[in-house]
Amino acid sequence: MSEPLSRRKMITAGLAATVTGVAGLTAAERIAHRYGLIPPDSGGVWGPGETLTYAAQRLLMSHHSMAREFNRSDISKAIPVSGEPPSAGLYKELLESSFRNWRIPIDGMVARPASFSIDELKRMPMSSQITHQACEEGWSFIAEWHGVQLSHVLNLVGVSAKAKYVVVNAYDENWDSLDLADAFHPQTFLTYGLNGDDLSTRHGAPLRLKVARQLGYKSVKFLSRITVTDSLKNIGSGKGSLSPDYGYSWYAGI
Amino acid sequence: MLNSRHLMAHSTYIPEVAHEANQAQIAHRVPLLVRLTHWTFTLSFFGLVVSGFAIILAHPHFYWGETGNILTPPLFSLPLPTMLGGPSGWGRSLHFQSAWLAVLSGLLYVISGVASRHFRNELLPAKQEFSLGAWRSCVADHLRLNRLTQNDGYNILQKLAYLGVVFVAFPLMILSGFAMSPSITSVLPWMVEVFGGHQTARTIHFFLANLLVLFLLVHVTMVALAGFTSRLTAMITGRPAAHKEIQ
Repeated sequence: MSEPLSRRKMITAGLAATVTGVAGLTAAERIAHRYGLIPPDSGGVWGPGETLTYAAQRLLMSHHSMAREFNRSDISKAIPVSGEPPSAGLYKELLESSFRNWRIPIDGMVARPASFSIDELKRMPMSSQITHQACEEGWSFIAEWHGVQLSHVLNLVGVSAKAKYVVVNAYDENWDSLDLADAFHPQTFLTYGLNGDDLSTRHGAPLRLKVARQLGYKSVKFLSRITVTDSLKNIGSGKGSLSPDYGYSWYAGI
Repeated sequence: MLNSRHLMAHSTYIPEVAHEANQAQIAHRVPLLVRLTHWTFTLSFFGLVVSGFAIILAHPHFYWGETGNILTPPLFSLPLPTMLGGPSGWGRSLHFQSAWLAVLSGLLYVISGVASRHFRNELLPAKQEFSLGAWRSCVADHLRLNRLTQNDGYNILQKLAYLGVVFVAFPLMILSGFAMSPSITSVLPWMVEVFGGHQTARTIHFFLANLLVLFLLVHVTMVALAGFTSRLTAMITGRPAAHKEIQ
């Protein structure tokens, strides 16, 4: 075989492979979108990795695979805390009145928007979990969390069939969102208790999220509002949470 | 030559001894897929090392068991500054992007190596290679930097190093990485349980990373000793450079 011919063959094969590849990727993206396998922060230089990880894990995990649970004897004696509670504004006022006036509204794509006080949440069926929580930084602890399953509250307000995400806002300006697989997961709690006590301010009083199958930063503290939506595009920078603005992934199941 | 005769006495057949013809004649062409995956893997390996280091900066302490944090005694700490934010953010993104590239390249390489019988024919050591004499001469050759420029077949140390890296160290690296994922362990809890806990998996992941970096250093050193330009050209074009290196 002469050299030019083999080169021409190689170029033709390369072009064919590229065209097939692009067509394949476009088709894959359409299918992935349809089955909710594209994370909201799929753009940018880290998009391919984020998308592969999220899609692979969503395909691998049956929606209700359960994070490992431990015994009471495994509970960590001390729990480090990262970040401080909001020291001013509305949160300070709520804290000074022991959260008596605190209520959490649940709105957006729901049939019956509502708001609940801590006492009303505590009267709902309580769930507990003893799970391992790892911080994105690398450290970890085991604790027992008490709260009401987010799915219970979502079912009370009636989530629209078109909804795709549950957005949570916090008093410290943080916000995040869960896809419905994690929002309706049995170990996703609206948490008001830790190791048998009420949640302390340092741990996110009066209410924080607990998402057992993701890293700690997904368990947002100091909750102020819950909104059900079908799109995250117009919230913040449109990447599903505040984390991508700081260089962290929206999906923290890693 | 003295060395070759010494070797002959201990082994039935060692390809290095069989012919001392010039390199170009005996050199096998490096398959395109091997060259391609070698370089995509190189790229991803650098991404993994750099980003792994960036991730450690957020918490340069290592523990044994299930949990560990600043309120518990570490197994050891690295003399590094703790840097919150920054490196650990892009570090994690780069780590996962690189890991995907590494795993996909690695899979392609392993599949092609199995299909072409490269692993069985060229890397699986024969029984006689484990004899004391064969070991001794191989180690002695390495110590004297003898016959490293030859391009015909792997010796026992190379075989074990490559097989160990491809079939033991990298799979363990992937497994200990999976063990740190709360979502993967919710489906496959044994992945973390085999290590005895999340923090043990993290520490082993770090040890394995060191081992692989050490392998890389030895690998590059051996390539340099064997003729850097020639071997590098072979891994790019498929054939060693035409000119003769110093023997």
